[in-house]
Amino acid sequence: MKQFTAFVKKEFLHIFRDTRTMLILLGMPVVQIILFGFAITTEVKNIRFAVFDLSRDQTTRQITERLAANRYFTLVADIDSPPEADELMKAGKVSMVVVFDADFNANMLHTGEAAVQLIVDATDPNQATTMTNYATGIITQYLQELSAGSGAGATLVINTETRMLYNPQMEGAYNFVPGVMGLILMLICAMMTSIAIVREKERGSMEVLLASPVRPIFIIIAKAVPYFILSVVNLITILLLSVFVLKVPVAGSLVLIFLGSFLFILMALLLGLLISNIVQTQVAAMLASGMGLMMPTMLLSGMMFPIESMPHILQWISAVMPARWYIELIKKLMIQGVDGIYVMKEFAILALMVAVLLAVSLKTFKKRLE
Amino acid sequence: MDDVVIRADGLTKKFGGFTAVDHITFEVGKGEIFGFLGANGAGKTTAMRMLCGLSHPTSGSGTVAGYDISKDQEKIKANIGYMSQKFSLYEDLKVWENMRLFGGIYGMKESDIKEKTDRILDNLGFSGERDTLVRDLPLGWKQKLAFSVSIFHSPKIVFLDEPTGGVDPKTRRQFWEMIYQAVHDGITVFVTTHYMDEAEYCDRVSIMVDGRIEALDSPRNLKRQTCSETMGEVFRKFARKATRSAD
Repeated sequence: MKQFTAFVKKEFLHIFRDTRTMLILLGMPVVQIILFGFAITTEVKNIRFAVFDLSRDQTTRQITERLAANRYFTLVADIDSPPEADELMKAGKVSMVVVFDADFNANMLHTGEAAVQLIVDATDPNQATTMTNYATGIITQYLQELSAGSGAGATLVINTETRMLYNPQMEGAYNFVPGVMGLILMLICAMMTSIAIVREKERGSMEVLLASPVRPIFIIIAKAVPYFILSVVNLITILLLSVFVLKVPVAGSLVLIFLGSFLFILMALLLGLLISNIVQTQVAAMLASGMGLMMPTMLLSGMMFPIESMPHILQWISAVMPARWYIELIKKLMIQGVDGIYVMKEFAILALMVAVLLAVSLKTFKKRLE
Repeated sequence: MDDVVIRADGLTKKFGGFTAVDHITFEVGKGEIFGFLGANGAGKTTAMRMLCGLSHPTSGSGTVAGYDISKDQEKIKANIGYMSQKFSLYEDLKVWENMRLFGGIYGMKESDIKEKTDRILDNLGFSGERDTLVRDLPLGWKQKLAFSVSIFHSPKIVFLDEPTGGVDPKTRRQFWEMIYQAVHDGITVFVTTHYMDEAEYCDRVSIMVDGRIEALDSPRNLKRQTCSETMGEVFRKFARKATRSAD
């Protein structure tokens, strides 16, 4: 035990002495949350849209003109059939299609109610929301002016019905918070741990340590301790930031969120150990964890792109990514606020992955020592 | 012989079809300075790793500090010190922190560590550098400190793997004075070196060629046997037989 504490102290000193790296590690979650939360998303400019007008009357034309005149919107096509809308959307030529009902004007005059449908590309949910809000705002404003002018009173209603394409549940609106959690934990636990272990190999200090009576497994556990603590600090930072700054609610059980996170941290530490067993240099460790863990975590775990809209082969790859299940778990717990019973699957998959990794990394670790 | 602290008997290590160490047999007595010479790739490091309990012999046996090198590696490790040329001390730790770490690793008491740290720094005249980061020390100082750290826990034997690599001759002499002091305190020294002037300082020297020990005697006897003036000459005469290239 005395050996162990001597070692843990040493590992903390290594981290504290390397001020720059420590600041990066502590500052990164803050920067990422704020970047993802504010900078990247909401401001939408130059929304290209098409109109599918079944009514072709005065009112629909006026609404279309209003939209097209707005500095945020650009009318690029006037179409005649639903498939055309689909094609334009798929080709990325428009991100919104405005559909007017047949007999729009007549309906409005007779029943005081008419329907306009907004079909929005929701691949980026935040943008989709903003687009819908802008368009609805413009239509509502027109409607108010119309009713004020005609003196017909408040009976004029246009039903704006919104259909989100590609991402109907608006999944991913807050996706980046669980995503950043997964990414940061992966970074600190897997990347930093593997680099720290390989550094000892590279500098030759591992040899000296192995010639001492310290059990090798203690060397590794002692290395993991500071990174574990750093991860928990970051986890708390991210949760606090998202609740108090981004106003993302923590709907579910905090206990389960932390339990799941500990499981994921354990897995990331094991991945780090595994990498350190395989590679010989710090650069290789950085590349292996960067390309092998961070990139797939960012691209394939559903953090940036919805898994449902990936090609099947990528969905399969995504299924073996630990971060995917962790992000899924946190999303369910944090944003949807489900009960423990609904996240059993994610817990089970993560636990299974931990068990497999534990066996594999301990085996390679023993092999390397010989 | 009761005072044999290292014994190797037909010690062999094979990596696949390659025999790195080929049936070496020797004994080192207590308080001896045993020089372990050989060209790069001759098998010195592999032999030393087996003696330190870092690697299992393929065949043959040996004891270090009375413990079997195939079975009691943990006990051996508690009784030896180890210093390598490649790594001396943690550069980003302060001098005293390095000492605390290695004292702690060998299970020394906090109070003993403090007392010994003060004593060693005092002896070396480094008391003013207690709080200096190791990276800010000159190489010669680092090596001297590293040696002090490797015998910090008063081991029975200390293994030095090319301890004076890259150090100037004056510091090397000071370093050897420290080695003599350690021997005086009852520590056996097992040292590999490239420097032939250092070989002269050893009580006995073995010369490894292609995994085998080709010669083993005191420097004086070796020179007489081979009609050589210096250990450098002795070494060249034996090393010429090598067929293996350095790797």
